[in-house]
Amino acid sequence: MTALAPPVVKGSTTTGGGGAVKGATVTWMALPALIMFTIFGVIPLLGVLLLSFTSWNGIGAINFNGINSWRTVLSDPALPHALWITFKIMIFTWVIQTPASILIGVFMAGHQRYREFLATLFFIPLLLSSAAIAVAYKALLDPNFGLGAGLHLAFLTQDWLGNGTLAFWVVMFIVSWQFIPFHSLIYQGAVRQIPTSMYEAAMLDGAGRVRTFWSITLPQLRYVMVTSSTLMIVGSLTFFDVIFVLTAGGPADATRNLALDMYIRGFQGNQMGLASAIATILVVIGLALALFLRRIGGSGSQLEGA
Amino acid sequence: MDPKTSRRSFLSLALGVPVAGAALAACGSSGPSSSAAGGASGGGGGGGNSATFWFLSGQPQQAVREDTVKRFNASGGGTITATEFQNDAYKTKIKTALGAGQGPTIIWGWGGGGLAEDVKAGQVIALDDWFAANPDQKTRRFPSSFGAATVNGKIYALPAETVTPIIFYYNKKVFDKVGAQPPKSWADIMTLVEKFNSAGVAPFSLGGQSRWTNMMWLEFLLDRIGGPGVFQKVFEGKKDAWSDPAVKDMLTKVQDLVKANGFIKGFSSITADSNADLAVFYTGKAAMMVHGAWTYGTMKQSGGDLVSGGHLGYMNFPPVDPATDKGDPTDTVGNPGQYYSISSKATKQQQDVAKKFFSTTVLDDTEIQKWVATGAVPLVQGSDKYFGSGPDADWLKFNYDIASKAKVFAQSWDQALSPTQAETLLDNIAKLFQLSITPDQWIANMNGAIGS
Repeated sequence: MTALAPPVVKGSTTTGGGGAVKGATVTWMALPALIMFTIFGVIPLLGVLLLSFTSWNGIGAINFNGINSWRTVLSDPALPHALWITFKIMIFTWVIQTPASILIGVFMAGHQRYREFLATLFFIPLLLSSAAIAVAYKALLDPNFGLGAGLHLAFLTQDWLGNGTLAFWVVMFIVSWQFIPFHSLIYQGAVRQIPTSMYEAAMLDGAGRVRTFWSITLPQLRYVMVTSSTLMIVGSLTFFDVIFVLTAGGPADATRNLALDMYIRGFQGNQMGLASAIATILVVIGLALALFLRRIGGSGSQLEGA
Repeated sequence: MDPKTSRRSFLSLALGVPVAGAALAACGSSGPSSSAAGGASGGGGGGGNSATFWFLSGQPQQAVREDTVKRFNASGGGTITATEFQNDAYKTKIKTALGAGQGPTIIWGWGGGGLAEDVKAGQVIALDDWFAANPDQKTRRFPSSFGAATVNGKIYALPAETVTPIIFYYNKKVFDKVGAQPPKSWADIMTLVEKFNSAGVAPFSLGGQSRWTNMMWLEFLLDRIGGPGVFQKVFEGKKDAWSDPAVKDMLTKVQDLVKANGFIKGFSSITADSNADLAVFYTGKAAMMVHGAWTYGTMKQSGGDLVSGGHLGYMNFPPVDPATDKGDPTDTVGNPGQYYSISSKATKQQQDVAKKFFSTTVLDDTEIQKWVATGAVPLVQGSDKYFGSGPDADWLKFNYDIASKAKVFAQSWDQALSPTQAETLLDNIAKLFQLSITPDQWIANMNGAIGS
């Protein structure tokens, strides 16, 4: 998924002295990124915003038509549907992936041999490109030549991608399968940073494994959870590649989220104005969510005790 | 400056990056890459005797196109640089390139609504003068091939390559096993559906995820039931053109067929570009298929003994009800040809090279024979003399007859309409086959899109 950005590097500068000097250095170091971001992020974004007030078929003249595109997009029943699909994907991405990633992450944090071996195996989905994953699953789930038909297993012989409800859950499954390893890795690192002294103290107090997990591990993972959730939620807004290859938004529009809706309207329907309006909606929702998550994550940005 | 403030502003800035980056990445992964389009050299610069030509890759057609360009270059009439693109990538790329003034001299296309948009944007030149100077170029081509090249009474593209009607295929082996006869009416089709379903064979193969595959059914049904005039009104942008009673009849019939399990299980997740729909048919999992003539080559290559053993049956789509049909049973739909147009942004010399290419090499005897060898019918009168008596002769003859004798050779709807209207059409067709909208909703949705 292209939406994966490196997790935000947070404040190692707060602990040292001479904050003013270091702060200045950091600002200066941001410059190259800032320039790139302006050229490839801000300027195209403004272009999209501008295009959303026009009608343009991609080759002809660009005509300004005021808020017509916006009126069309906002009054089209396809928008609430695409929004609903997008939010459903977002919610279930989080609900499925977070607990699974935490559990696997905690498991992988142990230094036992077999765990490290398993950790390598868990990591494999992350090495594959999204398109390859989608193509592979599409072949496996093919109703006539797929796994079910090949092995003559009745429960595998479903209309996996041809039934709207099933297709949605198949997408959820594949996306989870693909990204849980990534988030497990984040949690693994975080769990390993929790000082063992805390566990030793808890053990002396007679706390068992489950109790230490709820009382120490989870609270200590709070900020990592915010980071991981931000990546998940903001990333899920723009899921495109897997869905496009797997179902192309189908059957009918059962898996057509905002990103696909934008693509289909813009590049298949030749309505760049409408597509730009949808893109703008996507950006606004993404920014709002990122800000909101930062809020609930609190302004502190250190691992306690680290 | 207070370090804390500056750090915070940096952090919030950094946090913003993934979001906007994600939005941008989404655009990047879906959009065309302008650098590649620019790198493929433009029509604006250059000049001299060198023209550019972009077309689709994919065998066996690619080899024929390459050969024609090569022979023209060797003839000394000028130089044409060819660049090849994969189907879906081409559609996006050509649009971006034309918009940026970086398009090729010769634009390879499908005619119809897409060509009309190019004409409206002033991207292509009219070829009427050229046809007036080369009258034989007009008379030697099938008259049915010019409809999709004509916009507002002027010809903007050269009909080229081959004619590919949509064919009703059936597997004779499966028919014999079940003891069935090819259908002669819609009632026959519905009876066959029952018969094959009870024999454990899927009646029809269909690559429903590709959507235009479903559309071929509607094209035939509407033409048979209501005649070509019904869609013509849509094409002309008449208000409420879809409200014709024949439309509702067609939509109801298709949904009846879906409800009767007429199409193979899971059809809405099968794609045509992977040829999975063909595989279902040639492996005998499905008994019949309505598909383009271009699938013959693939079935011959991958279908085992289906073609070589003479088990592939083919015919024109049957009448719906011979007593009440308004359409002629010889009518067909499909691609009446491919279309080469000349960019208005190219230099005079480049345009001249292109015109010379059109008059000397395109569809000359060598190219005609090469197309015939691929199992396709060039859109040239008399090309049947090259069919010979090889294993494909019957097939070629059948196609030639369909194309040259059809009262009406309707262009595929999605090519005939503007891309915007075509997208709405395909979207609603997918929903229709998914039974998620009723025929009345379909008609209302499509009437709303007329003229867009």
